[in-house]
Amino acid sequence: MKIFTLNVNGKQHSISVEADAPLLWVLRDELGYTGTKFGCGRGLCGACTVHLDGEATRSCMTTVEFAEDSEITTIEGLSEDGTHPVQQAWFEEDVPQCGYCQSGQIMTAVSFLNRNPNPTEADIDSAMKMNICRCGTYPSIRKAINRAADKQLSADE
Amino acid sequence: MNNIMDRRDFIRVVSTTGSGLVLGLYLPYTNKLNGKTKAATIFEPNVWIKVHPDNSVLIMVGKSEMGQGVLTSLPMIIAEEMDLDWSTVKVQQAPADKDKYGSQMTGGSRSIASSWKQLRKAGATAREMMISAAAKEWGVPAGDCTTKASHVIHNMSNRKMSYGSLTEKASQVPIPRRVSLKNPKQFSIIGKNIKRKDTQPKLNGKAQFSMDVQLEGMVYATVVRSPVFGGQLKSFDEASISDIQGVIKIFKIENGLAIVARSIWVAIKAGKRLKITWDKGENDALDSNKIKALLVEKSKKQGAIARKKGNVKKAIKSSDNQVEAVYESPFQAHATMEPMNCTADVQKNKCRIWAATQAPARAQKKAAKITGLPIKKVELNVTYLGGGFGRRSINDFVNDAVEISMVMEKPVKMVWTREEDMQHDYYRPTSLHVMKGAIDNENHLTAWTHRVVAPSILFSQLVKMPFPFKEKLDIISVEGAKNIRYDIPNILVDYRMANTPVPVGWWRSVYDSQNAFANECFMDELAEAAGKDPLQFRLELLPKSSRERNVLTLLAEKAGWETFNSGPYYQGLSFHKSFGTYVAQVARVTVKDNTIKVGEIHCAVDCGTVINPSIVDAQISGAIIYGLSAALKSKITVSNGRIDQSNFDDFDVLRMDETPKIHVHLIESDAAPSGVGEPGLPPAAPAVANAVYAATGKRIRRLPITYQDII
Repeated sequence: MKIFTLNVNGKQHSISVEADAPLLWVLRDELGYTGTKFGCGRGLCGACTVHLDGEATRSCMTTVEFAEDSEITTIEGLSEDGTHPVQQAWFEEDVPQCGYCQSGQIMTAVSFLNRNPNPTEADIDSAMKMNICRCGTYPSIRKAINRAADKQLSADE
Repeated sequence: MNNIMDRRDFIRVVSTTGSGLVLGLYLPYTNKLNGKTKAATIFEPNVWIKVHPDNSVLIMVGKSEMGQGVLTSLPMIIAEEMDLDWSTVKVQQAPADKDKYGSQMTGGSRSIASSWKQLRKAGATAREMMISAAAKEWGVPAGDCTTKASHVIHNMSNRKMSYGSLTEKASQVPIPRRVSLKNPKQFSIIGKNIKRKDTQPKLNGKAQFSMDVQLEGMVYATVVRSPVFGGQLKSFDEASISDIQGVIKIFKIENGLAIVARSIWVAIKAGKRLKITWDKGENDALDSNKIKALLVEKSKKQGAIARKKGNVKKAIKSSDNQVEAVYESPFQAHATMEPMNCTADVQKNKCRIWAATQAPARAQKKAAKITGLPIKKVELNVTYLGGGFGRRSINDFVNDAVEISMVMEKPVKMVWTREEDMQHDYYRPTSLHVMKGAIDNENHLTAWTHRVVAPSILFSQLVKMPFPFKEKLDIISVEGAKNIRYDIPNILVDYRMANTPVPVGWWRSVYDSQNAFANECFMDELAEAAGKDPLQFRLELLPKSSRERNVLTLLAEKAGWETFNSGPYYQGLSFHKSFGTYVAQVARVTVKDNTIKVGEIHCAVDCGTVINPSIVDAQISGAIIYGLSAALKSKITVSNGRIDQSNFDDFDVLRMDETPKIHVHLIESDAAPSGVGEPGLPPAAPAVANAVYAATGKRIRRLPITYQDII
């Protein structure tokens, strides 16, 4: 056990855990950020995606030790009231079905759109293909990403 | 006390609600059964509806929300008949309470179909009571009043009162014996693309899945089961994990070995490292080849007759244009995104459970049995389900949590790893389908035989579920086979049970998934033998102006079946009716660079009255995507008595870049609504397989379709 200081959604947290503890479980069980989900435990499904310094990262494969010096953003920290443009686009398209994978989908999409604000369909497919949804919300996610991208562009103009 | 129904009235009201509801649906505001008097400021005409003085209305939902939209679509039915202002409607998932809410079993695409009449009456009854209360207040005939957006209106005097201001008065109104329901032409909520009530919390991390429940003083656990089916725990070596800090206790439970720790992470780490010795039992040598051999062996003899029409033998004998084919499909895992888990807090005198379950009442009953507590002392809260697809209708994971909490005398969150989840599922059964068909000199299909050979879900769960069961005919196994929709003069469908130690269960669309694959691919083989276009061949076998025919006709028109130019995409067609819903699909597929790509799917659907078109679209699209995973990618195989696959690397599923453009076309109808959670799935695999044939000339008779199979 060791003491780590994590910067999550702009807040400092001190916790005492094993150095190899995955960030996922620390976020969920030690700090109560349960919006980040456990899906596979091996970085294969994307349900646990959070941002480390703005980059989409699989929290189930990231040790708490590795995350210590980064700014960590979870779905809870994306916006205060669910009004981030990507969350808004998801809302407009009524994307979620069971909803379990959607935090990870949104976090992946946000970091992707930051890198590529004007994506093609192929860009979207390629950026999102590592996030699994078993309900099959992929068509709605595509629409939501296009909607968010369009909005972002028109805001820039 | 004229404001309260007497016991006789109470029962009469219940009996007019139909749908096999249990006593207790209609509770008067003074709950005589409990002997308690409630404050009348909340109007509660029945268990589903609570009107608050601020004019908001809370609607309880008795079916589990697993993504299919029941938290929105079921309240829409009540809101329609009650004329509610939808923006002030709040919804709540009901806890397990069979006496209060009736059957809460969520599955079989039945939620809307089985609640339709009942919820319309519940809403209409509440509306009428509101009208009576207002009419009395104003001293006008009830017949002169109307309702709109949670208000009663008296047009002649230009007066209106909100439902919220009438709660006390409406509670004094006797519950009407008969209510009239709206003419569908008056619907203003049903049929609209209304946004889901559960969307917002699913976008900001606030939606509570059972995985997210946190209780004071909670410990965490995982369970390791015998990797070989039927194996038993022999011993475990605690010293092998002595270096892992935070393990609290390791002990045997009914289904395996429980590892309790201070965090899930520690429990999982310990579970993976712990040296466990299993008595492998008698299934150690089982593998997929042996299972296949069993099915082949079984297929040689006739089984229990599921459907017999005319004389197939005679018809086949007199034909010189016969076709034979054997189709096969593998086991499939559900692989819900949320692995099985449950939180339980067993105390001396009560037990509280938070479970993502499709069968709340059964979970509650079993927990009562495990703990020895009366059912009333077992509180079972249904959380959001992170996917169901049939997996969560079996509550083995709930039992685990209850057993562990009982031993620990503490609240416990029990979580399976993805590997446990995938290797201890109740799988979609593997199956073999022996098909024969005969065509006469005029190119008409005259005979059809279909032998279904598969493990039986009913048989494996018979102890718990006494279904009709004679001569080893599992009636579920032949769903979609025995009731094939085509008008063929001679039909024989039989079933041979081929049980294996691999647990089997309900998987989205159940046996309709395999039977439709065999039916609809074979139909294409027969169409070719008859020298006919697959669409024309099917239409000829369907009665004029039937729903089957209409759905195929709409599909052909919307997809442009007849005018489509092949290359680089090729098209295939299928039709299947399941769960009361008629579905036809066209798949467009290209085969190149070692890959089969589905570019586009058109899907026509007749599910009767559509409650919420966008939810129906999402369910149909979702079922197609789930079906495409099984058609193109995933399968479960067995070696050494255990499942080979363990996670999403070796059980790969459809990804966004592999997802076709999906166009859903709904038939307009005012027939009673039927299910939409499952019926989109069965036609997907055969439509794709038929398109692959069009592209390559290779018949696909085995799923999943691989590139190796067609080169």
